[in-house]
Amino acid sequence: MEHLTNKDFTSDQEVRWCPGCGDYTILRAMQKALPMLEKKKEDFVFISGIGCSSRFPYYMNTYGFHTIHGRAPAFATGVKLANPKLSVWQITGDGDALAIGGNHFIHALRRNININILLFNNEIYGLTKGQFSPTSKKGIKTKSNPHGTTDEPFSISDLAIGSQGSFFARVVDTNPKLMQKIFVEAEEHEGTSLIEILQNCVIFNDKTFTDITNKDVKLDAQLFLEDGKAMIFGAEKNKGIILNGFKLEVVTVGENGITEEDILVHDAKEKDPTLQAMLARMRPPEFPAALGIIRAVERPTFDEGLLSQLEYEKENAKFKTVDELLNSGDTWTIEG
Amino acid sequence: MEKTTKVVDLEKVVIKFAGDSGDGMQLTGTQFTDTSALLGNDLATFPDYPAEIRAPQGTVAGVSGFQIHIGRIDINTPGDIADVLVAMNPAALKANKNWIKKGGTIIVNIDTFTKRDLEKAGYENSPLEDNSFEGYNIIEAPITKLTRESLKNSGLDGKSIGRSKNMFALGIVYWMFNRPMEQTEKFLKKKFAKKPEVVAANIKVMHDGYNFANTIEALPSSYTVLSANLKDGTYRNVMGNQALAWGLLAAAERANKELFLGSYPITPASDILHELAKHKNLGVKTFQAEDEIAGICSAIGASFAGSLSITTTSGPGLSLKGEGLGLAIMAELPLVLVNVQRGGPSTGLPTKTEQSDLMQALYGRNGESPAVVLASSTPANCFDWAYMAAKITLEHNTPVVLLSDGHLGNGAEPWKIKSTMDMPEINPNVDTEKGEYQPYLRDEKTLARKLALPGTKGKEHRLGGLEKEDVTGNVSYEPENHEIMCEIRAEKIQRISDLIPHQEIKGEKEGDLLVIGWGGTYGPLYSTVENLLKEDFMVGLCQFNYINPLPKNTADILKNYKKIVVCELNSGQFANYLRMNFQGTIFSQYNKLQGFPFTTSELEDHFKTLLSK
Repeated sequence: MEHLTNKDFTSDQEVRWCPGCGDYTILRAMQKALPMLEKKKEDFVFISGIGCSSRFPYYMNTYGFHTIHGRAPAFATGVKLANPKLSVWQITGDGDALAIGGNHFIHALRRNININILLFNNEIYGLTKGQFSPTSKKGIKTKSNPHGTTDEPFSISDLAIGSQGSFFARVVDTNPKLMQKIFVEAEEHEGTSLIEILQNCVIFNDKTFTDITNKDVKLDAQLFLEDGKAMIFGAEKNKGIILNGFKLEVVTVGENGITEEDILVHDAKEKDPTLQAMLARMRPPEFPAALGIIRAVERPTFDEGLLSQLEYEKENAKFKTVDELLNSGDTWTIEG
Repeated sequence: MEKTTKVVDLEKVVIKFAGDSGDGMQLTGTQFTDTSALLGNDLATFPDYPAEIRAPQGTVAGVSGFQIHIGRIDINTPGDIADVLVAMNPAALKANKNWIKKGGTIIVNIDTFTKRDLEKAGYENSPLEDNSFEGYNIIEAPITKLTRESLKNSGLDGKSIGRSKNMFALGIVYWMFNRPMEQTEKFLKKKFAKKPEVVAANIKVMHDGYNFANTIEALPSSYTVLSANLKDGTYRNVMGNQALAWGLLAAAERANKELFLGSYPITPASDILHELAKHKNLGVKTFQAEDEIAGICSAIGASFAGSLSITTTSGPGLSLKGEGLGLAIMAELPLVLVNVQRGGPSTGLPTKTEQSDLMQALYGRNGESPAVVLASSTPANCFDWAYMAAKITLEHNTPVVLLSDGHLGNGAEPWKIKSTMDMPEINPNVDTEKGEYQPYLRDEKTLARKLALPGTKGKEHRLGGLEKEDVTGNVSYEPENHEIMCEIRAEKIQRISDLIPHQEIKGEKEGDLLVIGWGGTYGPLYSTVENLLKEDFMVGLCQFNYINPLPKNTADILKNYKKIVVCELNSGQFANYLRMNFQGTIFSQYNKLQGFPFTTSELEDHFKTLLSK
């Protein structure tokens, strides 16, 4: 196989996101991640809807399709079903995926079609210039709700898990290394891989994730989940998560008789999503935000299901050609 | 011993089976159709059923009907009104009282003419006991009672016995029209293969119905309708939606493409989804999406990846698909959007027919977004027009809207089976050559761009809904470029008229009156024009299947008649479209918005009035 580099995946189009936008890091991480996958360049397809993030395909030198608002999962489903050999990536944002496209989003996850969804969550509408989105924190004041929103935001992880999602990961836009690792694992996962990227909008919702990403707090505010490893975090690497009754709790190793043995060990492969959902819901200041691959379970994919039906029917068919079908059943012949 | 009864030969006859929506009238009608088709009759059928699955039992709203027109002459419509009505309850009689020929035969299940059932139908007194049906030949058959009697030793429960009474009615009608019962016996044996007791019961009831009709004195004679003078060949009966699905299958095979259908269930288009879903053996991929929008969007995605892509819908679904269709026009991707029209606006009349989506098909999108629009005009030619829609979309890489309607989709007629090799070849317009690829480089003659399919080395490119730069396909906001691209998109559609055949005329090529129709009104318009020609009127019929672009000779045709009348099941959408295209020509209109097709009698009256002025 031809060795590819990030340059092979860079298109000749000028990138037009705002200076300082988190999207640049994501784009570069993707261009670096794809060469790590043993795939041909022509087999990648990027599909997007509408929004700042959805300009992404124009900047990737792959096959790409910038479609209409909210419907990218349906286009991606069509591409994957038509040619299951393709590696299909959907690029979307919180407005595109969860407001106008909420229906398609949950159904893609439910079916477990083998695509990867990158959800750039900046908790705001950028391209339409600053209205609140379905993930905006309750009470946020925007142009379209100057007195503060009264909407309850979606919890993306709960929505994904409630839709039978088989893969859920979270990463922040300031961590390209983790992004690359997750992108590779998402592609290797069979089924719908959802990656929530906490992405900063410098213009309309700046610093909305600083409680997680700020240099001063991040070691205490981020928990990197790794399969089979204890949930230890913190500047001193001495904090951990335990399950206390029905609730998660942050503890300090060495205090109150807590040892490393007591700390929860991550299991992304566990099919019961209860604990994974609880971990994904954690937020500062009470908890660190969970990052990394939170859930990755095996489940039959929609495309494989369709293909195996097709193969079975072809082998066991009464007809092999359309002419045989047209002449099947009750027919009669008229001769002059 | 069989009684000898006079057998009268009929040229044609219209029979309607009507009953409660749970009475099995669709099945009864279909059986009579299949038997008649096998006898070589020409025929046309139409089911008329309520939108509700089980509307309140015994009410007029819950009446389900199936009309069949059989003949030894050319049959083009399911018939205006019935010669024979089978009414399984008072509501069925009431619902059809205006649709039965004066003096016609009405077979009623007299057991249902009880106080309770009469009340449910809104009758205070039995219409059979006042003068309501004076002059009709009413046959009061105790169908419920005799069915129970017939099956009392069958071991079946009361409910199953009750369900068999449609077979008794079918037996009566089989006797009336001298039809053999083997076809239905064969059908029952197959349908209930795992329930031999049900097969035996239904066959027995049908025979008892047949013998009942033979025995009673009420029927003066039995009738026969001899074979129609159809051209030599092998025939089968097809429904419009089925023929349409098969046309798409044939096109995919000839184009050497996989067929992909992205669809969402909607009346009366769902049968296309059902039919295609059966044929995974032929490589068809059907995707029942979460909504109409996902239906079209998945199809566009599959088209981008190289399939022959289809989405199917009816009125409200067409509204939802508008934005997706606009993207396919912008991205210049092949796509067939099938719209089986029904009564509108909004949810409208889901099970009734109409032609009121024409303007939406032509213009119902934001921006200037021209689409090819075709319309099928008989149940059987849904095969040909589906095939043509696929051919045009794959060769020109632009979406095609195919308009059918509820009446065509559910209607059935005999079809002389075609071979896929008789159909014109299809050459998908895809760049398979090595070398540089410019997504929006065009064929000089057709202005069509070439596709490059994902997975093809060296031709990576991006499509999208933002305006494209000519040739490169890069995003462009340049004012001049946008204007050029709008002109190209329109011109590309118009140039298809260079490749399509000239519009044909039935009847007189010049004369006093040109009758114009489009799509599914062909049957009644053609029958009416034929009748007028027999009376030496100078009339011609111009039935359009190519709506956008129109055939090139259209303007020439219009000049050859003193008067023009445009007949449509809407309030004048095609007439206005013609006015826009042929300014100065005077088009009169004849319109109907009742959820039902034209009747030949109303058309004939109107045309004669026009001709007499």
